[in-house]
Amino acid sequence: MTQVSFEGVTKRFGDTTAVDGLNLVVPDGELLVLLGSSGCGKTTALRMVAGLEEATEGTISIGDRVVNDVDPKDRDVAMVFQSYALYPHLSVARNIEFPLRQRGIPKDERAIRVRAAATTLGLDTMLDRKPSQLSGGQRQRVALARAIVREPQVFLMDEPLSNLDAALRVQTRADIVALQDRLSTTTLYVTHDQVEAMTMGDRIAVMSHGTLQQVAAPEDLYAFPANTFVAGFLGSPGMNLLPGRITPGGSGEETTVEVSGGSLPLPPALRAAVGAGTRDVVVGLRPESLYLDAQGPLACEVTIVELLGAETHVICRTEDGSRVVVRQAGNATKPAPNDKVRIAVVADPAAVHLFDAASTQRLDPQ
Amino acid sequence: MTVTAAASGTTLARTGPSLRTRRRREAGLAYLLILPALAVFAAFTFYPFFRNFKLMLYQTPPVPGLPAHYVGLHQIGPTLTSTQFTQSLVTTILFVILVVPASLILGLALAVAAHRKLKGIAVYRMIFSSTVVSSVAVASVVFGTLLNPVVGLLPWLGINPSPPALENTTWALLAVAAITIWQFLGLSFIIMSAGLQSVPDELLEAAQIDGAGAWTRFWRMTVPLLSPTIFFAVIVSTIYAFQSFGAIDILIGYQNAAQLHVNVLIYNIVNTLQVENNPGAAAILATVLFLITLGLTLLQMRFLERRVHYAN
Repeated sequence: MTQVSFEGVTKRFGDTTAVDGLNLVVPDGELLVLLGSSGCGKTTALRMVAGLEEATEGTISIGDRVVNDVDPKDRDVAMVFQSYALYPHLSVARNIEFPLRQRGIPKDERAIRVRAAATTLGLDTMLDRKPSQLSGGQRQRVALARAIVREPQVFLMDEPLSNLDAALRVQTRADIVALQDRLSTTTLYVTHDQVEAMTMGDRIAVMSHGTLQQVAAPEDLYAFPANTFVAGFLGSPGMNLLPGRITPGGSGEETTVEVSGGSLPLPPALRAAVGAGTRDVVVGLRPESLYLDAQGPLACEVTIVELLGAETHVICRTEDGSRVVVRQAGNATKPAPNDKVRIAVVADPAAVHLFDAASTQRLDPQ
Repeated sequence: MTVTAAASGTTLARTGPSLRTRRRREAGLAYLLILPALAVFAAFTFYPFFRNFKLMLYQTPPVPGLPAHYVGLHQIGPTLTSTQFTQSLVTTILFVILVVPASLILGLALAVAAHRKLKGIAVYRMIFSSTVVSSVAVASVVFGTLLNPVVGLLPWLGINPSPPALENTTWALLAVAAITIWQFLGLSFIIMSAGLQSVPDELLEAAQIDGAGAWTRFWRMTVPLLSPTIFFAVIVSTIYAFQSFGAIDILIGYQNAAQLHVNVLIYNIVNTLQVENNPGAAAILATVLFLITLGLTLLQMRFLERRVHYAN
């Protein structure tokens, strides 16, 4: 069992807190994606597992062992860097062999394992080349080969795809997932790319300003964001977040939420969660949960229409100045900029998300 | 008006001098601008350089006042086979062997020591590189005092060579080499520090995770990645050592140089010209020094060319 766990882990650089009280467990064999924008502390968290940074507070464990004071070389982890960090003066074969050589593995066994790793990643024909003679994608595969050859307990990947072009990234994404599935090695994968996170992670841990916002499986994260940050961060485009006010109706009337000059009825599941009184909330509406409808409750003016082929993003401004994005199918009738339109919400109880205006936390239980 | 308004949307049309004429004018201006620099180089570098080859062909009689006469290539052989020259060359090579490895190893050691993110490390960096800006005269006077048989550091350490260090055949070259090492240390430190900056931290971190200890990381990663820098430093310090003059002149002087085995090539050249009044022989020795330096420079260029693909 190789689970990785953070217990109350904090990392400070001088006055800056990079990671703040992180509690997180990555179970054996899971691919956990640490997702967040740059500077959110995700790479620092990864580097602390590798032993390249020391935790200021808290404990980090790999398996049953607390590793805070264990040297990086004794942690039995392998790391893939964003820049690949290949040794430029060594051939591909020697690069892959390096960690085995450092561990005193006999020459014959080294040769077998290097060849196996190279075959897995399709590097057989380029073992004698130097890293400078390889393309970006090939270098990336050498870095992966160097990581898997040791059969470590944990893989640490720090944005390994960000230096690849878009097409290669999609391909390599699938390759890494397949490889991780096969090896079942516990993996921490850092990225700022939510598409990468959604497609690769068994679970995703979203971080912001050094604190963990939410950990969940990709579909749960998307369906039930725990706060407005996660709601806005995930999805392309992200969730529309509009200030609203709940006004409980009288007996027999629906509870509604006033938002941007319109009034939306609240689904029954949400009514219980919001309580009886009047309260300020943030209303979250995914772009795909909205459609243009002449009878819709929200009046607004179209500012930009973005054509993406399969779909169209209609970006509107409501009467109170809020920005709302509506996702339409590519073949739907498109409005033109400056058109006055009305927006409606699809009849799905899960379409409306409510967050507390002050704490930004989700109101309804998941 | 030769240029139509671009804002009107019409294509930019241009009449006037052709591209070729404009290029020629630009070239003329370029030559005009480099002319002052060229004049300085011509007067102080190119002219003496070619004049040197001419001097090789003339012999000046030992008696002052008599004109030099043309001897062609005839004085080259005797000059290069003279004991004075061969001894001087051996001394120079010995001197280079003493100076180059020591100054580079010390420079690298200081650079590695200062290549840490520690508070106040900038002060150490400044101290380590300070010998670059100290003059050879000052350094010689300081070392002369340290080596003084009465008030110096050596007697304080209980080392009392006899005759005194700067008059001793064993110590004199070592003393002059020590000053030269100290003088070059600053530059060696700066070159090595710059080289270390170019070794990506991630490579060393990757090696660390891959199981390499500090010693292995240094020898298997830092040193190979630093090899172009080290090679560059070897060439620069060798040239520097070949041209060391000040310390020998100030501390030893012409009278004792040969006897104390510190008569290195450049010192020999200057004295052949000024003291022995023999411009022909001095020109030959200067040409030998030039050829050695040229050879080292070419070697460095070839080596560095092979190493450029290092960049990731």
